[in-house]
Amino acid sequence: MQGITSELHTGRAKKRSLWLDIGIRVIKNKAAMVGFVILAVLILLALFADVIADYDTVVIQQDLANMNQGPSLEHILGTDEFGRDIFARIIHGGRISLAVGLVSVCFSLVVGGILGALAGYYGGRFDNIIMRCMDIFLAIPSILLAMAIVTALGSSLLNLMIAVGISNIPSYARIVRASVLTIKDQEFIEAARAIGGNDFRIIMRHILPNTLAPVIVQATLGVAGAILSTASLSFIGLGIQPPAPEWGAMLSNGRTYLRSAWHVATFPGIFIMVTILSLNLLGDGLRDALDPKLKQ
Amino acid sequence: MECKHDNLLQIEDLSIQYKTGEGIVRAVNGVSFSLCKGQTMGLVGETGAGKTTTALGILRLIPDPPGKIVGGKIYFNGENLLQKPDGMMRLIRGSQISMIFQDPMTSLNPVMTVGEQIAEVIEIHEALGKKESLEKAKKMLEMVGIPGSRHSDYPHQFSGGMKQRVVIAMALACDPQLLIADEPTTALDVTIQAQVLDMMNQLKKELNTSMILITHDLGVVAEVCDTVAIMYAGEIVEYGSIQEIFENPKHPYTIGLFQSLPSLDVDTDRLKPISGMMPDPTNLPTGCAFHPRCSQRCEKCTSMAPPMVNLSEDHQVRCFLCEDVSEQ
Repeated sequence: MQGITSELHTGRAKKRSLWLDIGIRVIKNKAAMVGFVILAVLILLALFADVIADYDTVVIQQDLANMNQGPSLEHILGTDEFGRDIFARIIHGGRISLAVGLVSVCFSLVVGGILGALAGYYGGRFDNIIMRCMDIFLAIPSILLAMAIVTALGSSLLNLMIAVGISNIPSYARIVRASVLTIKDQEFIEAARAIGGNDFRIIMRHILPNTLAPVIVQATLGVAGAILSTASLSFIGLGIQPPAPEWGAMLSNGRTYLRSAWHVATFPGIFIMVTILSLNLLGDGLRDALDPKLKQ
Repeated sequence: MECKHDNLLQIEDLSIQYKTGEGIVRAVNGVSFSLCKGQTMGLVGETGAGKTTTALGILRLIPDPPGKIVGGKIYFNGENLLQKPDGMMRLIRGSQISMIFQDPMTSLNPVMTVGEQIAEVIEIHEALGKKESLEKAKKMLEMVGIPGSRHSDYPHQFSGGMKQRVVIAMALACDPQLLIADEPTTALDVTIQAQVLDMMNQLKKELNTSMILITHDLGVVAEVCDTVAIMYAGEIVEYGSIQEIFENPKHPYTIGLFQSLPSLDVDTDRLKPISGMMPDPTNLPTGCAFHPRCSQRCEKCTSMAPPMVNLSEDHQVRCFLCEDVSEQ
C-alpha cells in the first residue's frame, strides 16, 4: 500500500479539466480558429457600431445626392439606393442579426433542452406526447412556421426572436432527448441513484453536463441557421422594418439595382455568407474537439 | 441462521421479475437469507443467476419498467424496506446502505471531479456545506490510499484500481451499516484485486460495516466472507457458514463449482466444468432448476421443486438428495 501511495504522488497526471482539454483541441484546429477570429471581429464591429458610425446621422439619414455610389474612400462599401453608407448599415445590421441569432438559439435551446431532457428521462407516455408534438412542429417547414408566427404577433425585433426560436425548438429537443437516452442507462447514473440522489439532481448534475457536447455543436450551427432565417424573413418583408438596417432586408432592397449598382446587394450578402461560414467552421471544430474518438 | 447479536438484514421469499417482449424473466425466485451486524456474506453464482438483481432489489433500484419486485419482504433493522415511500428510501440509499458497482470505469461521472463526487454523497445525507463536504471527501480519499490533493482530478486521470478506490470511498463516506459490493474486483487485474480486497476488509473491520459481496470467485469468498449463499437460476441452492460450504458442500451445483477450480495439491490435466448452460430465465425447467445439468438427478427432480433442507444450524441445501439424508 505504501509503495502505491508514493507512486501516486510522483506519477500524477497533468492537472487539466476536460473542458480545458477541449479548448486546447479547438485552438489547434486551424479552420475552427479562422471561424473564431472572423466571428470575434464581427462581434466587435457590432458592439462598437455606434463608435464607428452614428445611427441617426449616418445609418438612417438619407442622402439622395449620393445614391448607389460604388465603393470609394469616403464610403468604403459604397452607398445604397437612398445614399446611406452600406458599411455603417452592415455593422449596425450585424447587431440585429447576431442578437436575433444568439437570443433565439438560447430560447430554443432552453425550451427544447428542458422538453427533451424530461422526455428522455421519464420516457413512456410522457415522452410520446412531447415528441409527437415536436414531430408536428417539424412537419411544418421552419421558415413557414416563423412567417406564420411573425404575421400573427406583428413584426418587431422581439417577435422575430420568438418566431425563429420557436421554429427551432424541435431540433434541440430531439438532440437532448437522444443523448439523455444514451446517458441515463450508464452505470454512473445508477450509482448516483444508489447514493440517494433525486431525479432533479440526477438530471441537472449527472445527465445534462454529459449531453453538452452535441448540444454546443448544434447551438453553434444553429446560430448560423437563425441568422439566415432572420435574413430570409426580412428579405420577404416580415422581419425588421425600414429604415432600420438588417442584412436580409438590405439584400432584398439591393437586388432591384443589381444591374446598375452591384455592391448594394453584394456586400450584405457577403457578410451573411462570411458569418455563417465562420459559425459553421467553429461548430465543426467544436464537434471534432468534443468527439472522444478523436482524442489523442 | 441465528445471529449472536442483531440481525441487520433479513430477506424473506424475495421474488423479482422483468416483463419483456419475449416473456417474463424470473430473475429472482423466493430468495431468503439474513445477515448479522458486522458480518460478510458472499453471494456466489454464474452470470445471470440473479445476484445483481437481488442486490438492486435491496436498494429498490430495479429499473421499473420492466422490472418489478413481485413478492417477499426485506427487513433492514427490523423495518420492511418494500413498504417505505420513495423519499424515505432515498435517505437510506448512500447513508445506511450503499453499493459498489462492478465496473469502476463506468460508475464515475466523467465530467465531475472525484472530490465533487464523493462530496455529493456527504452533501445529500449530512448537514454539511459544500466546503466541509469537500474537506471530508479529501479525508475519505486519504483513507483509501489516494492523496487528498488529487480531489480536483477527473476520473479519466485515474487508473482502474484507483477509480475503484474512489468508488469505495464514495460508498463508505457516510458510514453505512450495509455495504453491497457487486463484483468489486472483477474489472481489475489480479494484483490490484488483492490490494482492493485487503483494503475493503480492513475498512469494513474499522467501521464495523456489514457487507454483501457478490462474486463468482470462490477464492475471494474464502478470503473475505463469514457466510455464503450459492445462487442458481434465481434461487439460493445452498446457504451456510463458510466452513460448512467449503468443507462439506452438499448441492451438486456447489460441488460442481468446487470441481471446476484448479487445486494446488492435486495435479490435474483438465478441470471438470459443469456441463450445459444456465437455463433461459424466461423458460425455467420444471422441478429443480438445476436438473438438466445435474449428474445425480432422479425422476422426482424433473417434476417437483425441492424444498430447502436444514442440514444443521448453519447449513441449508435445496436438493432431494439431502432430504433423504436428513430423513434417515
